[in-house]
Amino acid sequence: MNPFSSGTRLRDMIRSIRACKTAAEERAVVRKECAAIRAAISENDQDYRHRNLAKLMFIHMLGYPTHFGQMECLKSIASPGFPEKRIGYLGLMLLLDERQEVLMLVTNSIKQDLNHTNQYIVGLALCALGNICSAEMARDLAPEVERLLQFRDPNIRKKAALCTIRIIRKVPDLAENFINSAASLLKEKHHGVLLTGVQLCTDLCKISSEALEYFRKKCTEGVVKVLKDLANSPYAPEYDIAGITDPFLHIRLLKFLRVLGQGDVDTSDCMNDILAQVATKTESNKNAGNAILYECVATIMSIEDNGGLRVLAINILGRFLSNRDNNIRYVALNMLMRAITVDSQAVQRHRATILECVKLPIDSQDSDASIRKRALELVYLLVNESNVKPLTKELIDYLEVSEPEFRGDLTAKICSIVEKFSPEKIWYIDQMLKVLSEAGNYVKDDVWHALIVVITNASNLHGYAVRSLYRLVQTAGDQEILVRVAVWCIGEYGDMLVNNTGFLDMEEPITVTESDAVDVVETAIKRHSSDLTSRAMCLVALLKLSSRFPSCSVRINNIIVQYKGSLVLELQQRALEFGAIVDKHRNIRSTLVERMPVLDEATYSGRRAGSVPAVVSTSQGAPINLPNGVAKTTSAPLVDLLDLSSDDVPVPSSSGGDFLQDLLGVDLSPSSSQTDTNQAQKRGTDVLLDLLSIGTPPAQSNSSIPDMVSPSQDSKSAINVLEQLSSPSAPAGGVSTPPGSSSMMDLLDGFAPNPSKPENNGPAYPSIVAFESSTLKVTFNFSKQPGNQQTTIIEANFSNKTFDAYTDFIFQAAVPKFLQLHLDPASSNTLPASGNGSISQKLRITNSQHSKKSLVMRIRIGYKLNSKDMSEEGQINNFPHGL
Amino acid sequence: MGIRFILMVNKQGQTRLAQYYEYLTIEERRALEGEIVRKCLARTEQQCSFVEHRNYKIVYRRYASLFFLVGVDNEENELAILEFIHLLVETMDRHFGNVCELDIMFHLEKAHFMLEEMVMNGCIVETSKSNILGPIQLLEKAS
Repeated sequence: MNPFSSGTRLRDMIRSIRACKTAAEERAVVRKECAAIRAAISENDQDYRHRNLAKLMFIHMLGYPTHFGQMECLKSIASPGFPEKRIGYLGLMLLLDERQEVLMLVTNSIKQDLNHTNQYIVGLALCALGNICSAEMARDLAPEVERLLQFRDPNIRKKAALCTIRIIRKVPDLAENFINSAASLLKEKHHGVLLTGVQLCTDLCKISSEALEYFRKKCTEGVVKVLKDLANSPYAPEYDIAGITDPFLHIRLLKFLRVLGQGDVDTSDCMNDILAQVATKTESNKNAGNAILYECVATIMSIEDNGGLRVLAINILGRFLSNRDNNIRYVALNMLMRAITVDSQAVQRHRATILECVKLPIDSQDSDASIRKRALELVYLLVNESNVKPLTKELIDYLEVSEPEFRGDLTAKICSIVEKFSPEKIWYIDQMLKVLSEAGNYVKDDVWHALIVVITNASNLHGYAVRSLYRLVQTAGDQEILVRVAVWCIGEYGDMLVNNTGFLDMEEPITVTESDAVDVVETAIKRHSSDLTSRAMCLVALLKLSSRFPSCSVRINNIIVQYKGSLVLELQQRALEFGAIVDKHRNIRSTLVERMPVLDEATYSGRRAGSVPAVVSTSQGAPINLPNGVAKTTSAPLVDLLDLSSDDVPVPSSSGGDFLQDLLGVDLSPSSSQTDTNQAQKRGTDVLLDLLSIGTPPAQSNSSIPDMVSPSQDSKSAINVLEQLSSPSAPAGGVSTPPGSSSMMDLLDGFAPNPSKPENNGPAYPSIVAFESSTLKVTFNFSKQPGNQQTTIIEANFSNKTFDAYTDFIFQAAVPKFLQLHLDPASSNTLPASGNGSISQKLRITNSQHSKKSLVMRIRIGYKLNSKDMSEEGQINNFPHGL
Repeated sequence: MGIRFILMVNKQGQTRLAQYYEYLTIEERRALEGEIVRKCLARTEQQCSFVEHRNYKIVYRRYASLFFLVGVDNEENELAILEFIHLLVETMDRHFGNVCELDIMFHLEKAHFMLEEMVMNGCIVETSKSNILGPIQLLEKAS
């Protein structure tokens, strides 16, 4: 006997490991033990092999490497006695890593043991094979296992059945060899064999369609009978759990029925009665019974349609939901989530109960965050047009009392529901304002941006919105996002706030003075927790108010002045610029701070959806409301009122051109980088022209506009231009001013009537065949909007060259970044056959590089032909020049 | 294959028994056990017994100072696994007589033998306690 390896007993080793205070101590003990075991292994010490293997298992469980013990396991397995084999097989299963050579070595031992006369040893070998067998072993040993499926002792048969599962998973080709013997297992009485036999059949069905067909035809009735006998069986003490005989077997059988019934009406019919019996008769006051009911519901929901059973199943889930046990609630919610795709009407009936699960109070003993989260998901799935109002009300009411950890999720879901299903704009605005005032800080940027877009589009609600916001800010002024929206609206519609314009009957009367309105903005800008975006928005609002409320002009100027020294460059710059406008340019100020043009909802939602900005598909397009308070129709997509968020990071070198764009809210497209001030200026000028729109188009033809500014003028800031523009007394075309800009000053100067020239719509452009395939033809007709040479209106006509009508017709287009594209809704989505009629659709395309680059467009057309999805794509390069 | 692993962990978070039915390296096991233990042991009595972790669903149950954690795939019936844990504990109770952490520690191999009679390759083999304990009693008689 080796004096070193005999060492400690297992018990002592465990004690000394437990006595370790630190991980380092433990490592030291383990290292010492491992060294002793290695020594024993190399000595080929047989007396302590059992003990050493037991130690290794413990060490392995603690997470230390033990691969050196694998060969000891093999030796142990090869020894004749049952106890040695027992520990050897256990060690093999635990310590084995994926090294194939060990498996190869053990294959032969297992084969011998499978043929052993001692059935316990056969059982051991089967168990090991079932746990570790590889594809090679599976092929080698499959005949033995197949034979053992008919072994006289049921304890061997059950293990052979599970072993077979492993074999057919590793080598699916072998599956058909086992179909018959698996089917015979279903006739057994022994629960273990039945349990494993049913499992084997289920797995066979998943692997082989042949097996599935076979079991459907030959075994469905048998399985139904087994389940019936089991459900009606008298008390069986060995298998009884809470008054139910072998719930595990119940569940296995129900799972098997599910596999058989799925996708086969006849088989499903066969099992209706027994499923109904299990669903109604099973005791539901204990976990075991509920486990069966749960499985039964899963089966009912998966097999082929039977309305009555489904109602039964959903009602069981409803009962589960009102159970006090959170485990039961959890599974019910999980299952309802799946059921909603099958039968959403039935799930709707339990809406109230589900809602209760969302609202479980945190301090009650029933509370479980994961349950509430799940319930919320489910409520979200249940919302539709008809129930959105009551559900949203419930959720918003709950928002007031919910605890902070849950508010983020809840807010996001409410916002999403409100946006998706709002029946009318006023309701949408109301709900969003409620959310903002309760949990504004959890609201994501795109959500409140969308709110602003909706408000601008609801021209009859401008006054209502601004008054509601004003009221809310008084009570919930700490909600930053709410304040932002309020400040924006007060800036835009401050006059409506004071004059009570557009007063709705349901509103409470409110008296707000001009100085009250300025107070709100002032409080917001001075609140120390306001961030840059809010403050910048406040400055813009102040500028706008200074023009709308002349009486507060001085006060506003004083507030703006305070930010001229701001350390934040963005604020400082805005303050300086706005200050200059207020001080020096009174005559154009009111025009400059005109109300924002209406934002285009379609463009905005397209952008939010994450698509390329220029891609707009007809399906997302809500018809654009025409603006009311706005003097003119600018090309809406150009304008992004929410520019603040697109440049949250202050751009230190922001040039005059940028400023102009900021001020006017022109979308800063990435293309107008700093290096391209020329272009930026041009754009600025363009917008200036637009904004100050004299009503008539510029006299010059469009191509001359760049000439006015760009060639002679270098990248001097546009504010210069502005200043010059706004001092009409300055000698026109002052000495230093290049001739180009003087002509522009003429244009703006004092809004003098322009020498009227006949309108020039530019040349007429020829129509083109934009796209033609064997099935489809697309033609484009062009026209220009008077006064806006950058924008081209395209009328696209689609005609069908085949003899079958197309349905669900959808036209999509994408353009490079220098272009902006807007698609109006198409005239129809059905295209009649053989050119008997066509679909027409208007596209508005704005070329920011007008006269430099010509139009180009990629298109995709999708439609259904005989309910088959078709799609065609193409690129259009043959646009006429000069568009 | 429903069951992916079975763990027994004491309330300090030390693993007392681990059986995996899919291959994970020793480092992966340590990491997984650590994550699961941290997640499950932090939960209160009122919270439900199911935790989703990575692509497993962990069903756990606490008996005195010992946690039984079973990792299953998404197809498995969670309530049945809860019942299975209870069956496992009852079986061990019958053998050890009111099983405790130390019984499992000092008789690790026996605990494994029992488990082997109950679960094979991730499937339940036998649910009758006397059938489960039969071979083990035989082994004890032999030695």
